[in-house]
Amino acid sequence: MIETLSARFQRALPGGIDFCSLRFASERSEFLTVRDGILQPVSLGEDSGVMLTVVHGGGLGYAATSDLSEEGIREAIKRAQSWAERSAGRSVIDFEKIPPSHPQGTYSGPCAEPWESTSLNDKIDLLQGLSKELKIDDAIVTWSAGLGVVWNDTFTLTNGGGRLEQNFSYIFPRLRAVANKGAETESRTFGANAYCQQGGLEVLETLGFKAAPGQIAREALELLTAPNCPTGTMDLLLGPDQMILQIHESIGHPIELDRILGDERNYAGTSFVTLDMFGEFQYGSELLNVSFDPTRPEQMASYGFDDEGAPAAKEFVIEKGKLLRPLGGTTSQKRADIVGTANSRACSWNRPPIDRMANLNVEPGDSSLDDLVKGVERGVLMETNTSWSIDDSRNKFQFGCEIGRVIEDGQIKGVVKKPNYRGVSRDFWRNLKGVGDESTFKVMGTPNCGKGEPNQVIRVGHASPTCLFGDIEVFGGV
Amino acid sequence: MSVQTYFNELADHVTSLVSGEEVANLSFGAEDSDFVRFNQSKVRQAGSVQQREISLDLIKGSKHCSGSLTLAGDPEQDRARIGKLVGDLRERRDLLPDDPHLLYSTDPTSSELIKTGSLPSGGDAVSQIQEAGQGKDLVGIYAAGSIYSGFANSLGQRNWHQSENYNLDWSYYHGGDKATKQSYAGFEWDPAGLQAKAARGATQLEALARPSRTVERGDYKVYLTPAALREIMGMLSWGGFGLKSHKTKESPLIKMVEGDARMAESVTIRELTGEGVAPNFQEQGFLRPDAVTLIEGGAYKDCLISPRSAKEYGVETNGASAWETPDSIDMAAGTLSEADILKEIGTGIYVSNLWYLNWSDRNSCRTTGMTRFATFWVDGGEIVAPLNVMRFDETAFRVLGSNLAGLTAEREMILDAGSYGSRETSSARLPGALVNDFKFTL
Repeated sequence: MIETLSARFQRALPGGIDFCSLRFASERSEFLTVRDGILQPVSLGEDSGVMLTVVHGGGLGYAATSDLSEEGIREAIKRAQSWAERSAGRSVIDFEKIPPSHPQGTYSGPCAEPWESTSLNDKIDLLQGLSKELKIDDAIVTWSAGLGVVWNDTFTLTNGGGRLEQNFSYIFPRLRAVANKGAETESRTFGANAYCQQGGLEVLETLGFKAAPGQIAREALELLTAPNCPTGTMDLLLGPDQMILQIHESIGHPIELDRILGDERNYAGTSFVTLDMFGEFQYGSELLNVSFDPTRPEQMASYGFDDEGAPAAKEFVIEKGKLLRPLGGTTSQKRADIVGTANSRACSWNRPPIDRMANLNVEPGDSSLDDLVKGVERGVLMETNTSWSIDDSRNKFQFGCEIGRVIEDGQIKGVVKKPNYRGVSRDFWRNLKGVGDESTFKVMGTPNCGKGEPNQVIRVGHASPTCLFGDIEVFGGV
Repeated sequence: MSVQTYFNELADHVTSLVSGEEVANLSFGAEDSDFVRFNQSKVRQAGSVQQREISLDLIKGSKHCSGSLTLAGDPEQDRARIGKLVGDLRERRDLLPDDPHLLYSTDPTSSELIKTGSLPSGGDAVSQIQEAGQGKDLVGIYAAGSIYSGFANSLGQRNWHQSENYNLDWSYYHGGDKATKQSYAGFEWDPAGLQAKAARGATQLEALARPSRTVERGDYKVYLTPAALREIMGMLSWGGFGLKSHKTKESPLIKMVEGDARMAESVTIRELTGEGVAPNFQEQGFLRPDAVTLIEGGAYKDCLISPRSAKEYGVETNGASAWETPDSIDMAAGTLSEADILKEIGTGIYVSNLWYLNWSDRNSCRTTGMTRFATFWVDGGEIVAPLNVMRFDETAFRVLGSNLAGLTAEREMILDAGSYGSRETSSARLPGALVNDFKFTL
């Protein structure tokens, strides 16, 4: 494909334009789900197309098309050029000030056990088996086991000889049990779909997929008769499958440079972070170390290059609680005159790149889970995100989890239902008082992060240990 | 060749590939859209997207397998790829067990709706929008062009829906997080229409210049504009109206169905396909009725029922999509006059927009979320100051039930500006709501 499209691109390129690139993206997928013991409709997906970007006279325009013929590419270049001409002199950025990039390189994500190495029937049998393990009681009223794969192939060509090629494979295991009695319904999932990684079927072993159904079903039943989460200001211990959401919403989004520059104010929102805070602002306690790390191969948003061609590298965005750098790609960095990260990403061939999280991780500390629990006089351990809401400046948040466990005098007590907590981002992270060690650290992801106009949904990765926070407002259901 | 002709040729080609007892259901989605993003009244990103996609379900008896594919738009190129897809689906389908919940239309009913519009050129649109932003900080998105949806099956059914429209969704920023949100959407672009909307936004912007106020946590009388109420409708639509979520006990309205919870008498909510802008057909070929009453006089009435749920639970489908969510939600008007709203509030809060809602207790239909954009403290029936953002935590049974003071006689038709994957065709026609003791928590 790359050679065919490269030849068409070269023939379609007009003379006299400052910069032109072709970005091809193809995504193939297959998802299998067994719900209530019945295989749901099986669907194969293939989505492919090209994005042509033209920079000319200080303006930038794009045109995306699913028509991959030479004529289709030629027409798209014309449309992109026309938009570049219309926006020249009217743009937020003078694109002539951003040197054209013509990068070269390749990247392939991991895949030890390809999807096809197990037959369709064996995969369905696996899901049927897991489904049976979820249905342990009549009170489990609906239950499902699912498994999906996505293959993503991209390449970018430029009129200056740039050529980047990247290939990825992602695995999405899913489990869910819903328990009901009268008007009371509770559910448990396999990490709220956040247990997902790059790779092949070997990921299932890494994530403990096959061993998970029993506990999920038992906890759904346990929640049915559990009391509500207590209300009050207390310690809060968050498991990795809630920490990833906390990182995502109250660190990741606020430090995206395009938000700080105002691009997202009409949709995803602005940020309480301002440019003068980088290098100065104490975001959290000294225990907080956060890295932008697209180099951990198995994590959802690991890659070799971003969609503006910047090579990916691990960078600390927060170290010992201090805010160091934003999440901003080449264009945003030039606009703000600040050093950022290689995170300019497009969700697909039909959307232009914008600043996104890639993998944003809280680095492990040195406390075991036992140490963290022992340090709590009165608090709640919460796991698995089920609700998320935060204001448009990323300050006032309220998050909810599937399950809570009361901690008293350093010991975990009973299960509580509908655990929620709320706070303000800066105060919350400054109340971080314990960070779990490697034994509590999990690599996960957020498969659906929405942002941008036109809208884009993209995969990001988060990894985190279990973390302990003090003086948090905690509450339960009605 | 028109997109409709192209689709019909594809449908004929798919039909020619079907053999013996096979049935093919073909769904088609396409758009030719311009997108211009603005920040600080300047262009941030400008471009266009041309895309064609099919989804094909290949059925034999009770076995089936589906696949989706983006296409070039050129019948010759695309026939070969569709031929391969049919081969792949056939091979895979034969490995699968019977699907006991498969249901598709076997009674071919064709339809066609083409709504042409009048859109400005890209250059004119940019100029007029920048003019509306002159001297102001305008940020937002202009999306315009044609959106196409089609359904065909090998039994001869053909359905087509095409519209040419625009949606300018923007904010004027005063500074920080203080802004006023506007939308100018429709089919016939009129510079005077844009200017009128811009003038309305500019008026609100003046009020935002006053010193802002923060209120303590507590219960306040609020007015929710149609745009704010739409966010609450969005939450109710998230599992509230689908048959499957009711049968699996996951509906946030479970206490209306299994318990004694209800909304106010004045609350009637319908899926009003006949007056919306979304297609009236779905991916298994069933046509939607013009109206399905979801809540009537404050009590739960009917569900949206996909063909799959219909088969699973032994009832008739009403042409809902697989997600069983409303596309053209409509709430009955009340009797309050919009012109009197500030007087009706007296002392309280005028909420232009809500933002980022989610469940704090789904089981009890309790929602949390934020105020956003132009939200004002009102005292003595007058706007006094812009309000700093506040978090609320409330159940729909209070907001639209025991604490509902009234709905406005005027309603607003809101066209969805969303564009995840492709441009949305859903809409909401809603009144504003005056609510007592609305709970703010942070």
